[in-house]
Amino acid sequence: MSRLTEAQALAYWRRNLALMFKLLVVWFVVSFGCGILFVDVLNQIQIGGYKLGFWFAQQGSIYVFVLLIFYYTRKMGKLDREFNVEED
Amino acid sequence: MELQTLTYLVVGASFALYIGIAIWSRAGSTKDFYVAGGGVHPVANGMATAADWMSAASFISMAGMIAFMGYGGSVFLMGWTGGFVILAMFLAPYLRKYGKFTVPEFIGDRFYSKAARAVAVVCLIICSVTYVIGQMKGIGVAFSRFLEVDYGTGLLVGMCIVFFYAVLGGMKGITYTQIAQYCVLIMAYTIPAIFISLNLTGNPFPQLGLGSTLTGTDTYLLDKLDQMVMELGFNEYTTEYRLSGLNMFAYTASLMIGTAGLPHVIIRFFTVPKVRDARSSAGWALLFIAILYTTAPAVAGMARLNLMQTIEPTPGEYLVYDERPDWFRNWETTGLLAFEDKNQDGRIQYSADPAVNEMVTVDNDIMVLANPEIAQLPNWVIALVAAGGLAAALSTAAGLLLAIASAISHDLLKGMIAPGISERAELRASRVAMAAAIAGAGYLGFNPPGFAAGTVALAFGLAASSIFPALMMGIFSKRTTKEGAIAGMVAGIGVTLFYVFQHKGIMFIASTAFLGDMPANWFLGIEPNAFGAVGAIVNFAVAMLVSRVTSAPPESVQELVEHIRVPAGASAAHDH
Repeated sequence: MSRLTEAQALAYWRRNLALMFKLLVVWFVVSFGCGILFVDVLNQIQIGGYKLGFWFAQQGSIYVFVLLIFYYTRKMGKLDREFNVEED
Repeated sequence: MELQTLTYLVVGASFALYIGIAIWSRAGSTKDFYVAGGGVHPVANGMATAADWMSAASFISMAGMIAFMGYGGSVFLMGWTGGFVILAMFLAPYLRKYGKFTVPEFIGDRFYSKAARAVAVVCLIICSVTYVIGQMKGIGVAFSRFLEVDYGTGLLVGMCIVFFYAVLGGMKGITYTQIAQYCVLIMAYTIPAIFISLNLTGNPFPQLGLGSTLTGTDTYLLDKLDQMVMELGFNEYTTEYRLSGLNMFAYTASLMIGTAGLPHVIIRFFTVPKVRDARSSAGWALLFIAILYTTAPAVAGMARLNLMQTIEPTPGEYLVYDERPDWFRNWETTGLLAFEDKNQDGRIQYSADPAVNEMVTVDNDIMVLANPEIAQLPNWVIALVAAGGLAAALSTAAGLLLAIASAISHDLLKGMIAPGISERAELRASRVAMAAAIAGAGYLGFNPPGFAAGTVALAFGLAASSIFPALMMGIFSKRTTKEGAIAGMVAGIGVTLFYVFQHKGIMFIASTAFLGDMPANWFLGIEPNAFGAVGAIVNFAVAMLVSRVTSAPPESVQELVEHIRVPAGASAAHDH
């Protein structure tokens, strides 16, 4: 474990923010987007008994949320190792 | 075995388990008491967080609300889960790196001000107390319905159980009982759902069953449901909005931001050993929550369908009142289900038209509580549902009480009034604070204030508009000053409280019919419970403006922010 230089700390933080931004877009699209804003359009599509917009609002968005957090955890783990700032 | 005896046995066994855990996990230090020693495994913490998080509202009320709101009920599903994504990325890892005991402590350090810490304590207590009243009511109601003891006795028994493990074990005792409570509540929720899904669709997974065809037909369950509710004059189940798209947007956003800002959830992430554990722990928590939250819409749709098919077995042919099933009779005695034969034909007409409708009361809560009886499941399943409802209410109450007690003993007493007190004295003080918090919450449970009905949703609005923005700006903006943070918190919670009181106040005086006129007075058609998102925006805006015109935070604070943004060294920082 080493101390970061100021430039390294900034680079690490920027990479974190970029990853967060990417994931927040997905977070927004599956819930507010597919579940609320575009729900009527997506409801035209039916998969099994589910209208797609309804499915996103009551099922799909939740599954995606779980995946997003584990993806973030894995990516941040990699970033920590790359910058040598992981604990232990 | 008699249902009553069986319920006593199952609930008694679950209580014995919680007390056993309490004796085994006594707190020996303030670190044990506030953060369970800081050594909880991320998966274990995820499970404890799930129980901490899922309250009586999630367990008992949510599926019923969705059953009667249809698509509009999605705000609860998305709002109460999506917040964990924000929590995992915006708050949990950095607050864990900061590595102390309470939320106001971080706000006090980051905004270099005891006043900011005091404002945070006030905000924390307001939102935790509004939330805990709902749990206390849940405990009393669950006891009185299932064990047929009166509300007050039920509440008292519940308080004694929480007292035992929360005062003895603090966060340590609470964590391990919450893990047990999660197991009880998730079994109690999923087992009846699986049976009902099998009955209706032949699919053992309720999540898939909701999208399947009804057994023996090629009609989809949801299509049948849509058709039936529309024939009765209701809006289509799968497309019915809650007021408007904008209101649903604001409601979902308020619940998400509120979830991320509730102190009793945030402090759970102080208990894991490392920053990366805080990140993954949020994922585990949401996974455990998702098991219930993806089952709930299936329970909702299936229960609604079951209810309607019981009342109208063949189209146009309503159920004869004297031939109603046993569960119908049982729930009538509680007053949660009521029938009034308006046209005197002895049959139960169910309709969206209040003039014709004879199902005059169908309480939301029945959908989960009566579900096993409607599906004719064995008595032990019904007993398990009682234990599950109590586990959900107890686990959330304990988490909230710890957040309140630690704010009093650690932030007010140790942080402001008597900074010099010893570790032993602080531990004793924290136990006294916990006991006092339980007594206070119990008092409010016995004498719920007038606004108790919508309290849980209100707590989210308050957390969203006060605590979350302060924490987020503390981590993501080095430029936010103490004046900015204080002004932001006061403005955010002030605006939200004002809006809620303004409208809730009107509602208390008027009869429910007046509700129809209410939306006209709502800002952009946003209902009071959904107003937290607007409060949060006010908080951010005020904090940023005030920070611009006040002098920048000192160098040491900028270093603190640098420090919490990077994981390395988090373990060392924990031993302060």
